[in-house]
Amino acid sequence: MAGGLAVRIAHLYPDLMNLYGDRGNVIAIYRRCQWHGLAPELLRITLDEKVDFRDFDILFVGGGQDKEQKQICMDFTKVKGAALSDAVEDGVVLLAICGGYQLLGKYYRTGTGEEIPGIGLLDAWTEAGRKRLIGNVVISSDLVRVGSDHTVVGFENHSGKTFLGKGLRPLGRVLLGFGNNGEDGMEGAVYRNCIGTYLHGSLLPKNPALTDYLIGASLRRRYGEAQLKPLDDTIESIAHEAAIHRARQPVGR
Amino acid sequence: MDLRLLFAIWCGKLTVRLSRAMGGGGSTVPGRVALAIDPLVIRKLAYQCRRGAILVTGTNGKTTTSKMVSDILRRARYRVVHNRSGANLIYGVAAAFVQAANVFGRIRADYALVEVDEGTVRKVVDQLPLKAVLVTNFFRDQLDRFGELDHTVQLVSEGLSRAPYDALIALNADDPLVAGLGPGRPQRILYYGIEDSHYASPISEQSREIKPCQACGATLKYDSFFYAHLGRYRCPSCGQTRPTPTVSVQQVALRGVEGSDMILRTDTGDFKVNITFPGLYNVYNALAAAAVTHGLGIPDHTVATGLAKSAGSFGRMEVIRVDGKRVLLALVKNPAGIDAVIRTVLEDRRARHMVIAINDKFADGTDISWLWDGDFERLSASDHPPESVITSGIRAADMAVRLKYSGYPARRITIKNSLDDALQEGLARIDHGETLYFLPTYTAMLEVREIIRRRGYTRHFWRV
Repeated sequence: MAGGLAVRIAHLYPDLMNLYGDRGNVIAIYRRCQWHGLAPELLRITLDEKVDFRDFDILFVGGGQDKEQKQICMDFTKVKGAALSDAVEDGVVLLAICGGYQLLGKYYRTGTGEEIPGIGLLDAWTEAGRKRLIGNVVISSDLVRVGSDHTVVGFENHSGKTFLGKGLRPLGRVLLGFGNNGEDGMEGAVYRNCIGTYLHGSLLPKNPALTDYLIGASLRRRYGEAQLKPLDDTIESIAHEAAIHRARQPVGR
Repeated sequence: MDLRLLFAIWCGKLTVRLSRAMGGGGSTVPGRVALAIDPLVIRKLAYQCRRGAILVTGTNGKTTTSKMVSDILRRARYRVVHNRSGANLIYGVAAAFVQAANVFGRIRADYALVEVDEGTVRKVVDQLPLKAVLVTNFFRDQLDRFGELDHTVQLVSEGLSRAPYDALIALNADDPLVAGLGPGRPQRILYYGIEDSHYASPISEQSREIKPCQACGATLKYDSFFYAHLGRYRCPSCGQTRPTPTVSVQQVALRGVEGSDMILRTDTGDFKVNITFPGLYNVYNALAAAAVTHGLGIPDHTVATGLAKSAGSFGRMEVIRVDGKRVLLALVKNPAGIDAVIRTVLEDRRARHMVIAINDKFADGTDISWLWDGDFERLSASDHPPESVITSGIRAADMAVRLKYSGYPARRITIKNSLDDALQEGLARIDHGETLYFLPTYTAMLEVREIIRRRGYTRHFWRV
């Protein structure tokens, strides 16, 4: 691993925003970097730390409980928001899940009509829903391709319903499950190298093609090109297929 | 004569028979039937218990702790009605009372011992003649069922607010989320905790476990951790500290699968206790059981003998003998629980082969992302990791991926979805006298016990 290209990964609020095994995504990025012969470096960044995120290659933020989400909301909009936007405009890879995804949008409207501002990096907004959208999800995404397969699998558990503005691309089309809002058949959002999504499970370990897409994008930004050799993903593929199979069955039986 | 109650009991009892005849365990359906006929069935029967009711709740250790409490009470010659076998939703509670009642609607018991999950506390608190409430710990568990952890703590807090003023509340001093329930309540609060720092570590295994102060929300500072967020903590902002426990473990020595030895201290003195349950988390369970029974006035020597005689409860951790080999079944259901089991496996330096069986049915929790919060890195990075691991159950492949990304060599992982195949393969890998570590989620545990029963091994049941 020594001598490999450095990949700087930042895990934002690992202490506060790690609701549904979100750290699995960071583990997946870190391990696959190692297996690709790169030299990953992981930094944890929490409240009140002012950072120039352009120095990093891959940023990750997960979901949190309501109380913690409020805490980081202030930090997100006041302390880190501008730096995050600058980094994404500069091509830095950012993956945001669930609560993190919601905070990248323009606002979150609560059940009482109160609007909690996001950083507005994504032309998207979220409204509190009455029903929790829970279950296994399969989507089809142009970002990944394994043979002719474009599927991404995960598990969703959210009550907020997110809607995308006209110019914003979704991460994929929902094949099974609810997605962004359970209404328009879209899941997640993609802007430059930033992906927001409701999928956890954890998301990346069972979708190695998506993980490699993120690593590849970060290498292209810093080093101009990226040649990732295929890894032995036998176990990951079995889990991917099993998750699709499970999503077709009734939940919990 | 209360005809409604009698009818509820008769129908409940009949359902038990029918359900058993059809091969079920009969732990909740009779309760549903009885409650449908008489919604007050729990209240009417519980209030017949002469000395009142003890409620046990928390995320981990409820079943084992209740079993220990029950064994101590029986040692003190009390008769106990207890909802065993982990069916701790309200139907399970009703079913236990119905089964314990006679056909005339009478219960002859001194104590009702009721274990319920955090979400059920509020629903039963008003129906019991409460003498004591015991709270074990709060961990994240099956978020799809209770919502978020803060919400879980809130549910229990509301339940405690409705407990009678003369009830005893026993709280874990080492868990800031549990200890935070104490201040400001009119009831008698008794804290328990571990004072021996031998097994404490200066850093948490994962920083994610640090919880905010329950009083002011600031981030707590820890001097040491026992496991997860249990430890010696203080709040740098408002000065809140870990309460000094009245009942404590002064010294502890873990003996791996054999159990643990400890010295307990109460306000009446120090005494030795040996338990046959392995691991530090069972030291907590024994301590919790000792605290609540001590608080109810049971003498120390009775507590000690009750704990010593206590034995494993339904699949939480039990050893089954199979043709000169042993299978250790250890239920896993959330990150903290699996971390504790991993520690216990590693304490046994002879452990060579494991099966981890993950289902995602309702009773297991349908969302398996918690596997990524389990500390499998500790297993893989150990100086004696298992030689092989078989992953099994509906989400066997997810478990295999988790292991691979923890740094465990992929070639040593075998995926076998069928639990029967996994058990046979695991047994084939170990020699006579060896132990196969088998870690199932709840429904996988029920399934594997059924396989063991069908194969005729149950008669040789040997409990830890």
